[in-house]
Amino acid sequence: MSSIEAHASPPGVRARRLSMVVVLMAAAIAMALGRDMLPASLMRPPDWMILPLADWINAFFDFLRDDLGLLAVTRSVAGGVEALLDVTANLLYGKNRWPWLGPIPWSVIAVTAAVIGYALGGAKLAFLACGTFLWIALMGQWTWAMETLSVIVVAAPVSVLLGLLVGVAAWRSRRLAALLNPILNIAQSLPHFAYMIPVVVFIGVGPKAGAIVTIIFSVPPMIRMTLLGLQKVPDEVVESGKMCGATGWQLLLRTRLPTARTDILIGVNQVIMQCLAMVVLASFIGMPGLGQKLLQLLQALRIGQSVEIGLTIVLLAITLDRFTRAWALRQPVHVPRVMPWHERFRLPLIWLGLVTVAAGLSQVFPLLAEIGRVQGFSFGAAIDAVMDRVIVAIYPVTDWLHWFLIVWVFIPVRDAFLWMPFAAVLSLLAAVGYAVGGRRSALICVAFFGYIAISGWWDRTMITAYTVVVSVAIAAVFAFPTAIWATGNAVRSRRVLLVCDTVQTFPSFIYLIPMIMLFGANDVAVVGAVVLFAAVPLIRYTIEGIRGVPVALVEAAGMSGATRRQIRRHVLWPVALPTIMVGVNQAVMFSLFMVIIAAFIGTQDLGQEMQRALSSADVGKGLVLGLAVATIGLMVDHLIMKWASSVRPAN
Amino acid sequence: MIAQHPVISCQNVWKLFGSAPGEYLSDSQEAPDLETIHAAGYVAAVRDVTLEVYQGEILVIMGLSGSGKSTLLRCMSRLLDISSGTIVVDGQDIAALSERALIELRRTKMGMVFQNFGLLPHRTVLGNVSFPLEMRGQDRHARRDRELEVIELVGLTGREDHFPHELSGGQQQRVGIARSLAIEPDIWFLDEPFSSLDPLIRREMQEEFLRLQGGLGKTIVFITHDFDEALRLADRIAIMKDGVVVQCDTPEKVVLEPATPYVAKFTENIDKARVVRAGGMALRETEATAPRGDAVSAQSTLHELARTLVDDDRDSLPVEGADGKIIGMLDRQDALDLVVGTRT
Repeated sequence: MSSIEAHASPPGVRARRLSMVVVLMAAAIAMALGRDMLPASLMRPPDWMILPLADWINAFFDFLRDDLGLLAVTRSVAGGVEALLDVTANLLYGKNRWPWLGPIPWSVIAVTAAVIGYALGGAKLAFLACGTFLWIALMGQWTWAMETLSVIVVAAPVSVLLGLLVGVAAWRSRRLAALLNPILNIAQSLPHFAYMIPVVVFIGVGPKAGAIVTIIFSVPPMIRMTLLGLQKVPDEVVESGKMCGATGWQLLLRTRLPTARTDILIGVNQVIMQCLAMVVLASFIGMPGLGQKLLQLLQALRIGQSVEIGLTIVLLAITLDRFTRAWALRQPVHVPRVMPWHERFRLPLIWLGLVTVAAGLSQVFPLLAEIGRVQGFSFGAAIDAVMDRVIVAIYPVTDWLHWFLIVWVFIPVRDAFLWMPFAAVLSLLAAVGYAVGGRRSALICVAFFGYIAISGWWDRTMITAYTVVVSVAIAAVFAFPTAIWATGNAVRSRRVLLVCDTVQTFPSFIYLIPMIMLFGANDVAVVGAVVLFAAVPLIRYTIEGIRGVPVALVEAAGMSGATRRQIRRHVLWPVALPTIMVGVNQAVMFSLFMVIIAAFIGTQDLGQEMQRALSSADVGKGLVLGLAVATIGLMVDHLIMKWASSVRPAN
Repeated sequence: MIAQHPVISCQNVWKLFGSAPGEYLSDSQEAPDLETIHAAGYVAAVRDVTLEVYQGEILVIMGLSGSGKSTLLRCMSRLLDISSGTIVVDGQDIAALSERALIELRRTKMGMVFQNFGLLPHRTVLGNVSFPLEMRGQDRHARRDRELEVIELVGLTGREDHFPHELSGGQQQRVGIARSLAIEPDIWFLDEPFSSLDPLIRREMQEEFLRLQGGLGKTIVFITHDFDEALRLADRIAIMKDGVVVQCDTPEKVVLEPATPYVAKFTENIDKARVVRAGGMALRETEATAPRGDAVSAQSTLHELARTLVDDDRDSLPVEGADGKIIGMLDRQDALDLVVGTRT
């Protein structure tokens, strides 16, 4: 719609818009150049402007907790979750709780995973699943991995169920959907830490807090996908249901939900990936498992073992992703009518056989039941030795890079960001908003950054913004040539896309490991991790954008006598640009999240403050900071989406 | 031949899309035209349609896309609520039916086939066919025979356990047809059932449809945008344009006496001799005055009779109905003109 309006807007409107842009731009430049003459209240938000938002939020939460007695409610919910966690903890790693059956021997779990993998995606997935659990067991990480999995096994189903219920409710009531949409937008741009602080206040720390924060964090995509899936059910299928005489409930349960199966299962996939990402980070609030180990090892700079744990997390991520995706995309296949029962139940029987064998053998050979840390085949020490050599060998390069980036890139850019008067920044953003989407967008930009001004965290936000800008810029320098190279032929682009898909499933934490390995724990490592993380969506959407250009367009340009270069410049890039900008949008979002997570290495931005808020359980401060991060993300999202929809040809 | 008893009757049916079409229409003094409606912010899909569908006939509603034909069909099955007018189905005003009564009507009297099949992707052929029976609450054993019977009727025996995505388009539509017939409906709605199929398959399905209808004798409303298809299948054709039925007549009448230039455009390139049947052109005559000699069948098209028309030397030929009774006489010269063109 907006594109139609943009194209149809009379020249007068466009001229007025252009003049507003010029005026605002000029104001921004004038304020920046004449900063010495500016009153202090335009340099930085003056004290009277800064609202005690954190105190208000804290007062509100105190009211909820103490006066409304919400604490009792949350504690009892937590009690329920804990009961479930105890069951999985007992089964998976033998915690001393009901049903006192566990721990299940690792060989049994590995075999089970292999059979499920085979059922979902054939031999390839079976090998992947079996290999993952074999690796975990052999590396002596079994207990940690099971601590992590025991939480996912509880959190993911609860989250899926909640998401389904809310999604269906939102689908039934347009009002609720309209109310939920902005909430989900904010929720999906709040950094992980912002979720943890209220949970610490209401639940405490430990596995149950980890489980609950994981549930809350992973619900939004499920709600989205359920709603989307239900909306996408073809009219004809619904009409055919009605004409068959289905009542309202029959339509929902037997027609709509099963037809939306694929989208709902993709929601399940997203829930599980979000769970894994959160459960690893929940180590910050005392959640034991792989994440906590990784955090400790990274802080102690034990690179070799961190790499091992990192690999475990990566393998788990790939396995869980491939499993759920195969499940989502699987089409039902008919089985011949007459079939002996052992044919029909072939896989369950094989599973039963294998499990019996594995369980029996593990009675005889304890090594098949449990491999302790000591017996593990960890080769962390070897990695350390090799890496030490490598690091020494490339030290001149990394050291120079470190020096160059800090002195010539980071410090100048950061200083430039901090040098800008805040009024000039607001004016500049208003100009950009005007240029992209007229007055409404300008107001949105000013409102978002105005919030940051009154929140009292201007300088910290500018440091975060600078880190994101620098990182995305560096990422773009690598990503675009890579993407162009990849689009050279179909096989190559498919392979690069596969790599991007796989890498994108990794929890963000993982990206820090190689960077800390190379640069040590400092700013450069943080930016390096953010660059890696941001490059993935850039490469991916650029390839998808360029390969998505209709062949007929390229052929038509070729027949018009365009050279390869001309085709690229006049056809491929302009048509692919909206898609590429979606990638830029995601890159910004990803880098924001990553910058905040990397705070524990020691940065000076919002993330650092959030960590402090977390350790002092300061809900107000945590939410104020979280919203500051979210507003940056939402503003960029608004600008890019608005722009992309205005250049996309109206069809 | 056909009992003239309306099963569906539409009286001044309007369907507008917009915020409050009912009030808008009742406020309007006289029937608003297309521009007035558009200016008021409404989209007109069906305008002032009055027609009847008789017991056992095939009424084909023909129109180009956007003419309102599918909307009219959905009004008859009350998948859409009409803005004004009345639709009486089987003696009941369907706009007045409660949710419960409507569901009951659909469970016992109506079947519908959709352009893109509308099959449930997670159910097998058998599962799709059994769906309407399940909705009625019939238990598995009671419905099994009926399911297999309709699957056999559409020629899908042996594929009961296949899923829709494992079938070709033609086969999928056979499932759609079987499903719509499972409850033995009296009224059968078909919404462009063959439009998304290849031309060869479409032809085959049309023949199949006529064969089925020959045995079933349902009251049928069939939607199509294909004029040839309409001529092949219809007992009567209703041609729609911009939401209005511009002509509703037998194929012969539509071809011989198009009501408007718009209808005439469709008939222009039609070989009329293949459409017009002797019975349609016959002039009523009492048996006493009818000319003697061999009679021609009322069901034959003039194209089929071309040889007789040329060879015979009588001025008019007797026409006999299916029961062997003479129903009238055919003017040989008129018929020849239609077959070979007027002498110039």
